Parts: sequence; structure tokens; C-alpha cells
Amino acid sequence: MQNVISIAGLSKTYATGFRALKRIDLDIRKGEIFALLGPNGAGKTTLIGIVCGIVNATEGRITVGGHDIVHDYRAARALIGLVPQELHTDAFESVQATVSFSRGLWGKPHDPAIVEKVLRQLSLWDKKDERIMTLSGGMKRRVMIAKALAHEPQILFLDEPTAGVDVELRKDMWQVVRDLRASGVTIILTTHYIEEAEEMADRVGVINNGELIVVEEKAELMRKLGRKQLTLYLQKPLDAIPPALAHHRLALANGGSELVFTYDTQAGRTGITALLSDLSEAGIRFKDLQTTQSSLEDIFVGLVRQGNHAGAK
Amino acid sequence: MNWRAVQAIYIFEMARTGRTLMQSILSPVLSTSLYFVVFGAAIGTRITEIEGVQYGAFIVPGLIMLLLLTQSVMNASFGIYFPKFIGTIYELLSAPVSAFEIVLGYVGAAATKSIVLGLIVLATSALFVPIKIAHPFWMLAFLVLTALTFSLFGFIIGIWAEGFEKLQIVPLLFITPLTFLGGTFYSVNVLPPFWQTVTLFNPVVYLVSGFRWSFYEVADVHVEISLAMTLLFLFACLATVWWIFRTGYRLKN
Repeated sequence: MQNVISIAGLSKTYATGFRALKRIDLDIRKGEIFALLGPNGAGKTTLIGIVCGIVNATEGRITVGGHDIVHDYRAARALIGLVPQELHTDAFESVQATVSFSRGLWGKPHDPAIVEKVLRQLSLWDKKDERIMTLSGGMKRRVMIAKALAHEPQILFLDEPTAGVDVELRKDMWQVVRDLRASGVTIILTTHYIEEAEEMADRVGVINNGELIVVEEKAELMRKLGRKQLTLYLQKPLDAIPPALAHHRLALANGGSELVFTYDTQAGRTGITALLSDLSEAGIRFKDLQTTQSSLEDIFVGLVRQGNHAGAK
Repeated sequence: MNWRAVQAIYIFEMARTGRTLMQSILSPVLSTSLYFVVFGAAIGTRITEIEGVQYGAFIVPGLIMLLLLTQSVMNASFGIYFPKFIGTIYELLSAPVSAFEIVLGYVGAAATKSIVLGLIVLATSALFVPIKIAHPFWMLAFLVLTALTFSLFGFIIGIWAEGFEKLQIVPLLFITPLTFLGGTFYSVNVLPPFWQTVTLFNPVVYLVSGFRWSFYEVADVHVEISLAMTLLFLFACLATVWWIFRTGYRLKN
């Protein structure tokens, strides 16, 4: 698939000496939803800031739609719409005026029909004449998205789009993002809500301490790093795992009243059948069972913890 | 050239003036009229003429200059400082616009406002005193050049300022004193020789003098020198703005 953004060897060291990004290489594919995950201060916003022209890179090269973001910044930036994390809006402007302003800033001809379409898409049309300062936080967030969409970008950056947004609005925004993707827009979003990435992303990148730890198809990542657990609720608690069952990957939990079996979803043979027959031979009976699969959140936490551990060494 | 962006910024800035019409137009016109009453009517009755020009009429170019300098600096510095302060500057930095286009939009709007104000004050003063404009072309040239130069200067201050205090400090501590000491209300020739020499280090002297020459053909320094100094300051400001955008000073980290 065609890459729409190419980042090569990107590093950023702030004047304070803080290294926010360490030799990042990343390609974003045309038309995908890419979720960038990472704890606070991992470098997500710096990365987006550099691609969009708000922060200067220390080293590295970035192309957007084949255009170098430094030498050919006009062509590169013309493709991009940015919704930053903070709610930066004018106070006294009307919604419609501020969205038209953004369109003008990107050099697009005045077009009330497109502004109307964007405002309707974000349920802002009935607020078009209101001053931005009178709007709620969620509405301001929509205004910022409308501003980013006013020039019909091909790439949309959403930096924590649903931070501090109520559940209903969050669901609305997910729908907007899906509609945009359906119309061919490439979307890069950063988020704290891992369920958001799990719900929407095609690919996931995890960034921690300025380094990209992993970039993978979401489904692949969950398959590779995801584990399944089978929990057996025993009729009689066990003091220890019987030697006959030692070769299974078992652990006792909840005071010996539960047996937890961990297995790999990737493996052709999970070993469940063998375990159950061994249990029956050993005379261990159970009253209930449950299987759980690790979520993207578990995987993410595991990766970040691993990264921090390695960094500390 | 992204002319639509220049237009968008220009219209945005002019709309801001429209929203604050009282503050933007009425207050400077009122304060300038007060100067007229105090200096022109009250003191002017004691000083009849300076170099053949009635005192009330003599101070008109200086007063317009005073207004032009303070308003240009304040308009332009606030115009660029405010987006920095509230964070909307992100949009400007991520838009496909060049530094030149950004400056053209902001400085153009600030200079337009000052020029309009200058002309309003000129028209107002014509009601009080007889005004003669000997060289209308040069009058307009000095008006536009000064508005442009000091709007650029204001733009630089707006980028440099990290708080509202710094934003106020330059107009307050430099522009106003330099204008008052720059021959706005008097001819430099009336000063003792030592202070005449000191005054020549004040850049505002050249602006006021050149501007006054375009009205009454009376000048403290040669008009060519006035023009050269104005242009020199203009290029110094342009060079500074160019450096700011090249390095991202106080704009990008």
C-alpha cells in the first residue's frame, strides 16, 4: 500500500536538553486509521507537532504526500488538517467565521457550501452564528475539528480528540472519523483511551520515552501478544498443583480454589483437551470455567512496562 | 503566494477592530483632541508662531506621528501576541503560509488601522487650526512608511513578549518618551546646542521632522536624511522579522 507520510531518523532534543524523540522511523499508509499510543510525555504530541510544522526537528527527514515538510512545506501542509490536544479557540469569533478563516488560511476559495457541510457533519450548524466563547467544551472540540476539515485535508491528525469528552460525544466523533476514513482521508490519532484504538485503528504504534516500541496491524498485534487464560473454579481447593499436572502451564489462584491455565492463541494446539483429560484422571473436579483474552490495554501496559524496565537497566 | 491566506488574516484582524470600534478609533481620536486643547489652545496662545507656522498647526504633524507610532506598535504587537497567548498560533504555524504572508496580513492590517486613524486625526485637526499640506505625496509616503515600519516593530515586540507586561513596556517606556522628546511639540532648534546634538540620537526626530516638512516645508533635519532614517529602520525591522521566522524564535521550540 502507498505511504502517505514517511518519517525517517527523526529526533528531537529540546533546548532544555530533553530528548523527546529518538530516531523515529514510521510510515503511514494512505487511507488507514493509525493510532499512536503512549503514556504522558512519551513524545506523541512532539511527533505530530513536527509533522505539522509547529515544532522544528533536530534531525531526520519527513515527507508528506512525497513533499518534504521543510523544503516543500506548502505542498506538504496543504494536505494536512490538525486538531491539537488543547482547546485553542478564539473567544469572540463566530463558529462560521472561524471555520471560514481556516479555509482561507489554507488558500482555498471562499465556499459557504463546504463550510456548511462540515458544520452539519459535526452537528454545529445551529451554532454557526454563536461566539465560540459561549460554547461548551465538547462543542469547542467540534469547532476545532471543523476548522481542521475546512480545507478538505487528505490527512487528519487528531491529538487526543476525545480527552474530556462525554461518552455520547465520543461515539459521535468515532462515527465522524469512520465517515472520513470512508471518504479516503488518512487519520492519525493519539489517545489515552485504548478502547478507542481497539475500536477504530487499523494499525497501532506504541511510543514510550521517545522511542517507537512497536508498529503493527492491530489484529496482528493482538494475536501475537495477546494471551488467553482459562480459569477453572474447583469444587475442592488444592494446596499445590499435583505432580501429574506439573507439565501444564498452570497456576493456583484465590487460595487454591481456582486453577488458571495460560495458553497461546497462536499455537495450533492449545493443550486444553490434554489438560481436561489429565484433570479428570487426577480426580480434580470443577464447577465452572471461564476464558479471558487480554485486551489491547493489557498488551500496551505490558509493552510500556517492559520498555521502562529495559530503559532503567 | 497564498493571497487568500493574507486576505483571511487581514480580514480577521480588521474584524477585530470592528468589534472594538470605541476602543480602536474613538479613544485615540479623543486623546489627540485633548492634546490640541491643552497644547494648541491653552499654551498655543502664549506661543504665537514657530518658524512662521502658527503653533496649533505646527504640532499637528507631531501629534499624528505620536498617534501613528503608538497605535502601530500596539495594534501589531497585540495582533500577533494574542494568538500566541491563547494558543491559536498553532493554526498559523501549521498552515501552508510563508512568513512573508503572515507578516503581510498582520502588519498590513495594523498599518491600515494606524493610517486611517492618522487621517481621521488630520481631518479633526483641520477643524481647529488652518492646515496646509505642501507636499501631499510625501505626506502620504511618510504616513505609510512610518505606519508600516512601526507595525513591523510592533509585530517583533508581540513575538518577543512573553506576557502582557512586556507588551506594554515598549510603547510606554520607549515610544512615548522618544516621541515627546522628538520635537512633537517644539522645534529642535529652540533647544540649547548640547541638547540639539543629543536629540539627533532620537530616531523619532527624523520621522517628525520629515513629516512636518511635507506639511509646512519646515524641518529640523534635511528631509533626505529623514527619509533615509525611516527606510533604514524599516529594513532593520524587516531583517529582524526575517531572522525570527528563519530561526523560529519564540514561535517554535
